[in-house]
Amino acid sequence: MPKVTMVEAINLAHMWEMAQDPAVVVLGEDVGVNGGVFRATVGLQQRFGAERVQDAPLAEGLIAGAAIGMAAQGLKPVIEIQFMGFIYPALDQIANHMARLRNRTRGRLSCPLVLRVPHGGGIHAPEHHCESLEALLCHHPGLRVVCPSSPQRAYGLLLAAIRDPDPVMFLEPTRLYRYAKQELSDDGHALPLGQCFRLREGSDVTLLTWGAMTVETLKAAEQLATEKVSCDVLDVASLSPIDFESILDSVVKTGRLVIVHEAARHCGVGAEIAATVTEHALYDLLSPIRRVTGYDTIMPLYRLEHDYIPGVERIVDTVRATMTD
Amino acid sequence: MNQGITLPDSHIPYVQLLDPAGKACGPLPAWAEDGSALLAMYRMMVRARVFDAKAVNLQRTGKLGTYPSCLGHEATHVAVGAAMRAEDVLFPVYREIGTKFWRGVTMKDVLLYWGGDERGTVYEKSPQDFPFCVPIGSQMPHAAGAALAFRIRAEPRCAVAYIGDGGTSQGAFYEALNLAGVRKLPLVTIIVNNGWAISAPVSAQTATQTLAQKGIAAGVPGLQVDGNDAIGVREVVGEALARARSGGGPTLIEALTYRLGDHTTSDDASRYRPAAEVQAALQLEPLIRTRHFLEARGLWSEQAETELRRECSALVEEAVREYLATPHQDAGAMFDFLYAQFPAHLRSQRDDARHYAAKH
Repeated sequence: MPKVTMVEAINLAHMWEMAQDPAVVVLGEDVGVNGGVFRATVGLQQRFGAERVQDAPLAEGLIAGAAIGMAAQGLKPVIEIQFMGFIYPALDQIANHMARLRNRTRGRLSCPLVLRVPHGGGIHAPEHHCESLEALLCHHPGLRVVCPSSPQRAYGLLLAAIRDPDPVMFLEPTRLYRYAKQELSDDGHALPLGQCFRLREGSDVTLLTWGAMTVETLKAAEQLATEKVSCDVLDVASLSPIDFESILDSVVKTGRLVIVHEAARHCGVGAEIAATVTEHALYDLLSPIRRVTGYDTIMPLYRLEHDYIPGVERIVDTVRATMTD
Repeated sequence: MNQGITLPDSHIPYVQLLDPAGKACGPLPAWAEDGSALLAMYRMMVRARVFDAKAVNLQRTGKLGTYPSCLGHEATHVAVGAAMRAEDVLFPVYREIGTKFWRGVTMKDVLLYWGGDERGTVYEKSPQDFPFCVPIGSQMPHAAGAALAFRIRAEPRCAVAYIGDGGTSQGAFYEALNLAGVRKLPLVTIIVNNGWAISAPVSAQTATQTLAQKGIAAGVPGLQVDGNDAIGVREVVGEALARARSGGGPTLIEALTYRLGDHTTSDDASRYRPAAEVQAALQLEPLIRTRHFLEARGLWSEQAETELRRECSALVEEAVREYLATPHQDAGAMFDFLYAQFPAHLRSQRDDARHYAAKH
């Protein structure tokens, strides 16, 4: 099996599904001739033509809105918003129409589409290129929000997202695009949406995370193992709807929970998970739930970005505190 | 030295085929010659007006939610519907019931929607048409997207989008036109310029002389038409659709009409609009001129008018009865259409909603 990076895996998933399903089309800024600024769509226009892989005018609201019209017509658009900080003009379309079309027409019309968007910081990019805005999207019923953390999961989850009958916001951690290569079986096999993935089996504390933070979290778990702390590490992966069943199973097993995310803490997805866990499993908890997150600040320019993004040390310290409560 | 350029498309034609007195302004298109097509349109215009008055009354008596009257817009709305083919797709704003009725949406559907029931958007006869769009201008990209889908699949179909005069101030309006222009999409956009965006007159909305000229920057040809002239509107929309269908690209049509009513039943236009202006606009309204035209051709009479009004009233009353007799949706319905597959985590919330709904 060939080893590929996450961005190559995303490209392969496009290739596979576009070859299988003529309804799949790609729309976005620079996705055609240029193959996307991260090269996620490289080669698609050459292979599938300029009708199925379209360079859009530079207007995110238009791209999101046009995808709604295309999806309601039976196409399966996979659209790219170039960076997460540029998603705001598209939010009107995402919140007012994409998320609601099925419900407001009682199922007559729907939006089977995927909105791909680079997510998070850590790549020395300019201002507005490094945001982690999953909570904004998770607050809208009707959407699925997914964030992969490895080449294989990016491949399998993107295939599932394209095949899903509802709009899927697919957040791609920029830090992981070329972080590591992984063997990938390019066989069109999708991974389930709405399910956590266990990255490491453990018994003392549950560590929940997603996207790029899986890297630091796994490193922290490794370090903690040398201190005889056994971490159950779950990649939440689907941030909406969330697989609370797996989360609760793990927390009931370990009795301790630390949630790690790059996004700001206030009203973050971690807060929702913590609240739900206390509602259902408070008496199974041996210590308070803790969060390791980005600070409640504006994402700083890149010289400070690694002071913002939770590092291994912050995670390890927090888990230690959780263990000694 | 660069002398700059002269824009070739800067002329904005104005089309009026039927004047306010009901006289043809010149030779009529072939389809309008014998009057039968216009007769069918007139009947629908009257139905829209009778329905509209009833809907306003229902709101006043607490039987309908906020409702945006279409009073004065009937010619444009019905003529656009009449110009479209069944396989075209409509992207309305929220006032265009004449178009909706023409395309098979029922009066009961419209009452259900404005009566707070999503089931009013389940259009059996026009299953691909979009429902009303309340956030201003946001329907335009959907229409451009559908037109793009027609292009990709090489289908001879068109997307028809409405937008109001105020809507042309939205970025989404320009963004969609821009895409339609650059991709030569089969998109026909009708700006219903009724003079007012709630309390803002067009003069406060834009410094451009016309709204149609806003297409020039997107490379989309624009024209104005008398929006109270059903023949003129149907003709220019029909031409634009034929051109779009054969690969000729989009058109922007500004239909000049007047909002004779309040913005919605929640609005009181007397706060900001001179009564004299409304009186003057009444002289130009669309039904009288259409009727005069039909009468002059021997196609209409006082008796026919009385019968039509009676027939429309009966149909409206029947629709109102059906609407009022429609059982409420189960409280669980708000959960049932969020996703194709019901998400497990919503089960307990849906149970709660049903449990508490059963108590009142």
